[in-house]
Amino acid sequence: MGGESGGGRFLRGVVLIALLLLGLQWCWSARAAGDDPFSQIAATNADTEARGVQALATSGNPRAAAVIDALRDGTLFAWKWPRPDPPLYIRAANGFVDARTGAPVASPPSPVNLRRVIVSDAVRGAIETAEGALGLFSKSAARRARAADALYQSADPGALPLILRALKSETDAGVARLLREAEAAALLNSDTGSDAARIAAINELSARSDLSARNLLASLHGQSPPVAAATADAIRTIDRRLKLWGLVENVYYGISLGAVLLLAAAGLAITFGVMGVINMAHGEMVMIGAYTTFVVQQLIAAATPGLSEFGILVAVPAAFLVAGGLGVVIERCLIRFLYGRPLETLLATWGLSLVLQQAVRSIFGPTNQDVTSPDWMSGSLQLGGLVLTVNRLWIILFALLVLGALMAVLRWGGLGRSIRAVMQNRRMAAVMGIRTPWIDALTFGLGSGIAGIAGVALSQIDNVSPNLGQNYIVDSFIVVVVGGVGNLWGTLFGAMLIGIVDKFVEPFEGAVLAKIIVLVFLILFIQRRPQGLFPVKGRAAEA
Amino acid sequence: MRADHASAVTLGCVLGGALLLAALNLLVPTASAFHVPNFVVSVAGKYLCYAILALAIDLVWGYVGILTLGHAAFFALGGYAMGMYLMREIGARGVYANPILPDFMVFIGWNKLPWYWYGFDHFWFALLMVALVPGVLAFVFGWFAFRSRVSGVYLSIITQALTYALMLAFFRNDMGFGGNNGMTDFKDILGFPLDAETTSVGLMLATAAVLSLAYLLARAMTRSRFGKVLVAVRDAESRTRFLGYRPESYKLFVWTVSAVIAGIGGALYVPQVGIINPSEFAPGNSIEAVIWVAVGGRGTLSGAILGAVLVNLGKTWLTSALPEVWLFAIGGLFILVTLLLPRGLIGLFAGRGPMAAAERDRRSAAAEAAMREVAQ
Repeated sequence: MGGESGGGRFLRGVVLIALLLLGLQWCWSARAAGDDPFSQIAATNADTEARGVQALATSGNPRAAAVIDALRDGTLFAWKWPRPDPPLYIRAANGFVDARTGAPVASPPSPVNLRRVIVSDAVRGAIETAEGALGLFSKSAARRARAADALYQSADPGALPLILRALKSETDAGVARLLREAEAAALLNSDTGSDAARIAAINELSARSDLSARNLLASLHGQSPPVAAATADAIRTIDRRLKLWGLVENVYYGISLGAVLLLAAAGLAITFGVMGVINMAHGEMVMIGAYTTFVVQQLIAAATPGLSEFGILVAVPAAFLVAGGLGVVIERCLIRFLYGRPLETLLATWGLSLVLQQAVRSIFGPTNQDVTSPDWMSGSLQLGGLVLTVNRLWIILFALLVLGALMAVLRWGGLGRSIRAVMQNRRMAAVMGIRTPWIDALTFGLGSGIAGIAGVALSQIDNVSPNLGQNYIVDSFIVVVVGGVGNLWGTLFGAMLIGIVDKFVEPFEGAVLAKIIVLVFLILFIQRRPQGLFPVKGRAAEA
Repeated sequence: MRADHASAVTLGCVLGGALLLAALNLLVPTASAFHVPNFVVSVAGKYLCYAILALAIDLVWGYVGILTLGHAAFFALGGYAMGMYLMREIGARGVYANPILPDFMVFIGWNKLPWYWYGFDHFWFALLMVALVPGVLAFVFGWFAFRSRVSGVYLSIITQALTYALMLAFFRNDMGFGGNNGMTDFKDILGFPLDAETTSVGLMLATAAVLSLAYLLARAMTRSRFGKVLVAVRDAESRTRFLGYRPESYKLFVWTVSAVIAGIGGALYVPQVGIINPSEFAPGNSIEAVIWVAVGGRGTLSGAILGAVLVNLGKTWLTSALPEVWLFAIGGLFILVTLLLPRGLIGLFAGRGPMAAAERDRRSAAAEAAMREVAQ
């Protein structure tokens, strides 16, 4: 009997102690809530833990980032048993580190006494906000700007005190502006704030003038009348600005498309414009230039991998020589028998284009070849509300350079002088000692070489495949014809006109219809002005 | 006399060959070595359609000097008109069993037949459209082009732009012509099931008959006084104008007739191949058709027929036997024919040496250039 009652007493004692311990733990946890954030994080209650994360992030404590990172990565450990000031450890590569001080722990705690701090969903949310907030106090201005932008995007009213704190210590004007915008977004999403403060916030957003600001303003409901009026006003302002930026952006895209067309058409302006040869294989010269780029890149990567960044600089002259040399061969073997018979030239060069395409397909295979852009040609620039891709900028620059070089050669070069002489009066040029057949070959080679250079540029933005040239041949003819045959300024103008018109029609009607409209425009244009926008006056012009 | 002989030979070959194929297919038992399988009949029918297209091109290129790079557009338009009739003929037998709407319209969620599809349930209306649609388009296009004296290469380029624009347009689903996939799964024509061999023999014979009629019409046009003016326009347009003719009216007339002939060719083509889609508008097709004419002999009519059949025979054989070589072959053909064989195969048979013809061409080009200088 006695043994039984003793056993019962023992059991009761254990339960009592257990209850006591639980109560104690609860007490400590509750006490810890008002304590330092480290203790809160060590709590087993998820809400307390989340609050601790938040508090730590906004505390400005230098250890905050390391602790929160450790929490996210699962390397943060707490003392397993309840005690008033629970130690926190971060497991590093070589032993444990005290989370509060960052100092290595001399005597490593036994694993029996440690538990990993659990990250529940609520805590995960807190960690994400905290990481944003931590960025606000980072030393790097770029990181602060990123954090402010993230807070702006989340427009979380809970972050308001944090933003205000950060704003106080912010020295960089750009980041401060971002912070003010984040503050405005958070304020508008909160229920607090006077009408005046709200209107100031709306003005702040209206100054930002982008789509996200507009969406945020449009999502505001149930405002007092003056605030609602200010909101509507701000949305109108933003819409106007967005429209303007859209216009500028379209012009930029148009110019960049125009530059591509200009590159493709510049060579044609020589062979078709100056010599009057309908070269349907012109697109294939562009394609061969692109494949030359590919081959040069492969060769350089195999020989000196360190220089592959500058392979493209080698590819430009290489493509000029390959395509130009091929052009001279074509002129000597084919074109010269067909002068004065444009329709036959058209058919023969069409046949040539099929042969060249199939030849490239047989050698390199039908699939796209991989031409990588060097680092200094990739990336993008932000300019106000515009995002300009760097390789497009290079192509615009490159197209203008090529056109300028071509004009200079024709105007001042010895070859250019001979070309112009033969074009203006073949017989007189021959009498003056110019070997006109040779000049014909070189002129055709020059035009083809320019096409090859265009291929180098196009290999950066288009697929390098045997069909590359076909996509540009019709457009190139359109550009040369619109600009006026035998006039390089006209070619420049024609390319930009077609590029910009194309990009302006596209958003309204879709890419296909834009193309159709441009083609119909061409058909009508040729019928109105068969000599192009800038006809060459004088005897050279055909009747 | 000699040319009459040539036309008798041409007609004899076309009609006799078609009848022979038909007889060997229908009358000779399948087991016999002389039996012609069905696919040969349908392939022959296809070639005859191409020959009609080639004839149409020869009419404008060979006799008026308009190098058209867009004639396949008229061919395809005629084909689409016939395809619309065949689609309506399917009726409720389509996958969606809609008695009015073709399958592709049900598929893209249309519930009403667009107005331009009205009337295509009648065969006579479809036939009218086969001639009218390419004819009107060619007339409008030619009216603008020839009035403003667009000629030579510029004209060639805008004909190519025309067919390119049409191709892009027909690729769009919301045009109501089946978009990418075009029209297919036809069941029957005038109640005759398309998969029956008698139907394909009948279609092939009809194509041969239409080709012969088109040949006779083209021959009559080119041999008359009217034809003489056409050749004059081709060889010296300015001089013809100074003599008091209006070259643009002659060009416009022949151009329109030629487009109608091409459209009829396309209409016969579609039931025999069983599909029409926007790739028929591809600029490459038109240019390939020009080379048929060049190979056979430009400005001879019978040469166009010969060239279309020969080149396509070669294409059928090469694309199955040596697919890699086909583009080399057709590309080489373009180059060789223009350089060495300006009068085509017919010119070779007629005993005129190719080099002599090239020489004459060069001279006439030089003469025209000289005339231009004088005109200035």
